[in-house]
Parts: sequence; C-alpha cells; structure tokens
Amino acid sequence: MITRDDVSKTVHDIYEKITQESFEEGDMLINALHAIQDHYGNYIPLEAAEALKELTGLPLAKIYGVMTFYTMFSNRPRGKYVIRVCKSLPCHVSRGDEVLEALKNRLGVDFSETTEDGLFTLEESSCLGLCGVSPVMMVNDEAYGNLTPERVEEIIDTIVTRERSDEE
Amino acid sequence: MPVVESTVLICAGGACISAGEKSAKQALEKKLKEYALDGVVRVVETGCMAACDLGPILVIYPEGVFYQKVTPEAAEAIAEEHLLKGRVVEKYLYKGAEGELRRRPQEEIPFFTKQVKVATRNLGVIDPLSIDEYIARDGYFALNRVLNDMSPNDVLKELKSSGLRGRGGAGFPTHLKWSFTRQADGKPKYIICNADEGDPGAFMDRAILEGDPHVVVEAMTIAGMVIGADKGYVYCRAEYPLAIDRLTTAIEKAREYGFLGDGIMGSDRSFDIEIRIGAGAFVCGEETALINSIEGKRGIPKVKPPFPATSGLWGKPTLLNNVETFANIPQILLNGGDWFSSFGVEGSRGTKVFALAGKINNTGLVEVPMGTTLQELIFEIGGGIPDGKKLKAVQTGGPSGGCIPLEHMDAPITYDSLAELGTILGSGGMIVMDEDDCMVDVAKFFLEFTVEESCGQCTPCRDGTRQMLNILEKITADEDAEEDLEALKHLGEHIMKTSLCGLGQTAPQPVVSTMRFFWDEYLAHVREGKCPAKRCKSLTRIVIDEEKCVGCTACARVCPVDAISGAVKEVHYIDPEICTRCGACLEVCRFDAINKVSP
Repeated sequence: MITRDDVSKTVHDIYEKITQESFEEGDMLINALHAIQDHYGNYIPLEAAEALKELTGLPLAKIYGVMTFYTMFSNRPRGKYVIRVCKSLPCHVSRGDEVLEALKNRLGVDFSETTEDGLFTLEESSCLGLCGVSPVMMVNDEAYGNLTPERVEEIIDTIVTRERSDEE
Repeated sequence: MPVVESTVLICAGGACISAGEKSAKQALEKKLKEYALDGVVRVVETGCMAACDLGPILVIYPEGVFYQKVTPEAAEAIAEEHLLKGRVVEKYLYKGAEGELRRRPQEEIPFFTKQVKVATRNLGVIDPLSIDEYIARDGYFALNRVLNDMSPNDVLKELKSSGLRGRGGAGFPTHLKWSFTRQADGKPKYIICNADEGDPGAFMDRAILEGDPHVVVEAMTIAGMVIGADKGYVYCRAEYPLAIDRLTTAIEKAREYGFLGDGIMGSDRSFDIEIRIGAGAFVCGEETALINSIEGKRGIPKVKPPFPATSGLWGKPTLLNNVETFANIPQILLNGGDWFSSFGVEGSRGTKVFALAGKINNTGLVEVPMGTTLQELIFEIGGGIPDGKKLKAVQTGGPSGGCIPLEHMDAPITYDSLAELGTILGSGGMIVMDEDDCMVDVAKFFLEFTVEESCGQCTPCRDGTRQMLNILEKITADEDAEEDLEALKHLGEHIMKTSLCGLGQTAPQPVVSTMRFFWDEYLAHVREGKCPAKRCKSLTRIVIDEEKCVGCTACARVCPVDAISGAVKEVHYIDPEICTRCGACLEVCRFDAINKVSP
C-alpha cells in the first residue's frame, strides 16, 4: 500500500533531481509528471498532485488539469506494458482495423482496459510517426511495425513468455 | 590498429527498428565474432535511410551493396557469404517491381536518384551519435561562419534570398519570422524547435532528429546568435523516445566540444538547449499551445495576435520553427540563399521532404525540389500503386488538408497549386489511397482524429466537429442522412471561420475536400445505401456465389465468428447478421466464389 507520505517524499526527490538537471527554475511540471509516472510504473497516483502543489505553488485544480489533459498520463494504475496501437489514417488504410481486432481478441480486453494479470493495458493512439511500416503499435517505448494479426500474436506471446521466465 | 576492411551501415531509424533491425544486427554481430571478423568489419547504425518498405536495410561498403528486408537469417547468410567469403548474396539484394535485382539501387532507381537532399543529406550516411562524423560532413562550419564572418543582417539576407518558408505546415517566410523576433523588444528571448510532429502520415521530423540531431542543434544555435537569445528548447513528443535519446546525446557532445554553453567556439556568445517532452496531445503542435505546454499548463492555444515573435514563452519574444525548417539552415548559409532558391519554383523555393504512406509501393521519405508533380512523386519515385490497383486520391496536409483525385496528378507540388485544389502542403505527409478506399470513410477518420484531439476551448471546434462527425457516422452506417448533407456543408464553413486556432479552422478541410471531388460517393451512400469502395461495413455484405461454390469448407474454417454454414460439397452461406466483414473468407476461396457487394 502506498501511503500519502511515501508518495510525497518520492515526488519531492524526483522533482529536485529534475530541477537540478534543468538550467532554469521555471516550470518543469510535465517533465516531472513523466518521471513520476515512470517511477510508479505507468501511472501517477493522485496523491502526487498534492506533493506537486507544495513544490510548484500551483493550485491543485491546475495540476489536476494538466494531469488529465494529456493522454499519456493516467491516474489509474495501468499494466506493466502499455500497448498503444495507432488508429490514424495511414495505419487504417493498411488494414489496421484487423490489427486492432486481433489485439482485442488476443488480450481479451477493450481499449483503455487492463488484462486481469495486470500485464497489458490496451490504448488507442493517434499517429505514431512510423507510417512507412504501417500498421504500427508501441509497447511502452518499443515500436513494432509491419503488423499483421499473426505478428501481433507473436509479439504478445514473446512478452508473456519472457515475463513468466523472469518470474521463475 | 587493425585496418577496417568493410563497413556495414545498418539503418536504425524508428521504422527499421520497429521492423526488426535490432535482432538482425545482433545476428550479424554474433556471426562476425564467430568468424573473427569483428576487428576488421565495422558495423554502424545510421539514421533513417528513408526506404521504409525495404527495411531492415544493410549497405556494405566499399562495394555499396544494398540488402533489403534483412531478417536475422539473412544477416547470418550475409555475414558468411559476403563478409567472410566475398560473395554477394543475391537472394537478399534489392528487388524491383519486375523482379530485377540491383546491387546499388541508391544509384539507379528513381526513389533515390530523383531526390535532392538538403535537410536529409546526412540521414543514412552518418552515425547520428557521432559528432565527429557530423563535423566531417561540414557540420558546425555554418555556425563558425555566423560567429566570425557574418552579421545577423547577412544571415537574414541569405534566408531571404533562399525563399525558405516554414516546413511545419503554415509556410510562413522564415526570414520574416527571424527578422520580427530579432527586432522585438523584450529580454530574454527564446528559440524553440517544434518537434511535436503529430500529423497522421508525417514522419520526416522524427527521421531528422533520429538520424542527424546535430543539424538541429547547430541551426538553433545560429538562430540564437541572430535573434539574440541564449536559451533554446526542443519540444519533442513523448511518442518519439528514440529521437529524445539521440538529441540528448547530441546536446551533451556539442557542450563537450564547446559548440554549446558559454563561450561558443571561443567567442563571447552563449547558447544552450534543453529538451521538453510532450505527453500525447496533437494540439501542442500549434505554437501557442506548445508554449503553454512548456510553461507547464494545459496545451490550449491562445488567440493570435500577439504572435510568439513579440510575446511567446513566458511573454518574451520567441522564435518557433519546425525541425525540417531548421535542418535547411546550415546548408543555406554555407552554399548561399541563391543556391537553395535555384531549386523549386516561384513562391515555393528549395526542396521539401515528403512522407509517402498508404497504398504505394515505395513507402518512406523523399526530399525533392518543390514543383515536382504529383505524377512524378507518386508513380515514378513512389513506384505507383501495389497489386495493380488504381489510384483514387492522395491525401496531403494531414487533418488540416484534403484529398487530390487522380485527374489532378499533373499538378506541381507547391503551396499555391495545392491551395487551389482545396488542400495544403502541410508538413509533407502524402497518404495514397486506391479504389478500395471509401472517401466518406476517410473524411470520417480524420474527423474522429480532430474530435479526439480538440482542446475543447472554443465551441465551434469542440461541438461543431462533433456534430460533423455524428453526420458522417450516420452516412456510413446506412442511416437516413440525405438532409444532413447541407448541414454538413454549413457546419464546415462556419467552423472554419470561427474557430480559435488552426486545428479547428482546418478541421473541416478533409470533409470539404472529399465533398468537392467525391460528391457522387456521398450521394451513393445516402440515396442508394451503397458504398462504391465496399468499405463501409454497414453498407457492405460478403456473399457466396451459389454457382461457383463447390463446398470445400475452406471459408467456414477460417471465419473467426462462425458466420458461414454449409456441409461439405454443398453451397455455403454467410449469415450477414453475424459476419464482421473481415474478409478472411475472400482470401482463402480458390474458386472465386466469394464477393463483397454493396448495397
């Protein structure tokens, strides 16, 4: 269980590290949110907003406003692997809808849902900038192109196998 | 020191990596070690070689042999046959449309030979992590010239004669933007590089940042010297972690070499650069929204004027340019503005990087002179449409642009001619569509994107685009929508006139454009319940021809939803209520008995 104090201390540490790396005190809010999200594994606990309020002097409403505006931030815990599958036009025209269906079927979840084992969260994404190899998806920071329903199965299977062997 | 006998360049652009470059490289290196060749064969990961459909790509020097679609097995074979035994492996060579093999397609095929590389000149040629290789290709020479031999006015003069216009989409004359920001009152001033490339179909900024990050560092520093700024920010979207990494390394190296920081190249000038990351909001590509985002706020655009040149980051004069715009600067200053404007045509000078995607044989990035015709770009350079299909339209300018139909392929690609055709040049994305694509579906797709990405601030965009999308959903869902066509037109006009920022002002463009050139498709949908391209699922059925079906059951076995019934050797039947129109059955039928029909 993460307590409010744990979160507060973590956020303070992260924020201080980031402001040291920047050459201006300025507002490092979004960089800090990214770092906090990476630390907690794909999500930002709401308690972090309180800590950021103390650090930045911004009203809580403004901090919540920023956290909820950007689609890459999540307040709800997400899977260890966030799968972002592109649903923009170039991928759509290259039979991307088959890939979307294949992912939903393989994982057994719909968009913005997490698998029961907590491993994968499936999200729709706008263009990922890899249109030359469409259809495309990103799994955390790794990108996969030239997707077909079969390749999608392979990629998910590889990750699942790796996770299982890590556990052992 | 062992002499290097061979250099293997591996394309490590984002697309090739996502197509399996890493495992191919690992396989290659493992074999090289096994054969004790790792001391004499140098393996270099370069930036994007720009031929996305051929990746992963290996080019071996000194011969210059080009290997395509390199899998780990292919890499092993190449290590053994080519690098160890000196024999070219024909199986993995570049193969043209007629099956012809070529060893050096970069010197022979139009996709490569018709390009004029200015912004992308270092991509696929140098190791992006090496500042020495950048310097060896005249890197940082332009900065040196600006510091020692050129006054700010000299620089502005070259930019003016170059005719360079913003390459991010708005096409504003670069020399004017620099001039305004230089003249503006206020301190400190800032330089921002817009690397929030979000247009569907655009991936050139990513390639430049991943393949030649130093060109952006150098150009921003030059801008700082001219405008009188000592701080710069690169705002890069979070979906480009590779670009962020490589740029970070480039900035660190530049500082080490004294090209950034205090006392640049021994002068008394200072400039430094910091990266700020986006977080998944397309609207942050709009300059005022981007500025708000760097300031740690919601990425909501502001009313203009004032423009960032006079009041930008933290209310100070700010120069904001796109990645590709910056990438042209050093070459313009080294070769002269007149050299750059010798390419292109009046009003659209220089070269432009285009991203070819969709139904086209040669997907990837091509940099060609402005004024090149669409015909040349799509058919000669792009290799035409795969599978013998017919071109239907080319979508340009992303969600702010429109679709150009086949009959206008002779149009030269310039800011003006594209505007006349009801679209924009935009960032250079070109999405090619064929006879199997439904233009109403395409318009709906773009509107879904805009509705999702709208910041929500102003009513015309927030609510207007939602209403347009509702109508398009009705049309593609076979609901009674003929009366709504007029409303669709009016909404489009009003949203364009009254939205607060560029996103809303251009959001109706894909609809307006497709209504202009493909009005008959809209009418077919609403009057006949017919989708001519047989794409819209609610207006299409997949049927089995009773006369041709032999009852082989191949289709029933692949149907993922069990919609096909029929005994062996008896005519099969597809239940339209269950069928999801996935098309799997169409692909396996060997008797040509299955067809898509509409209505």
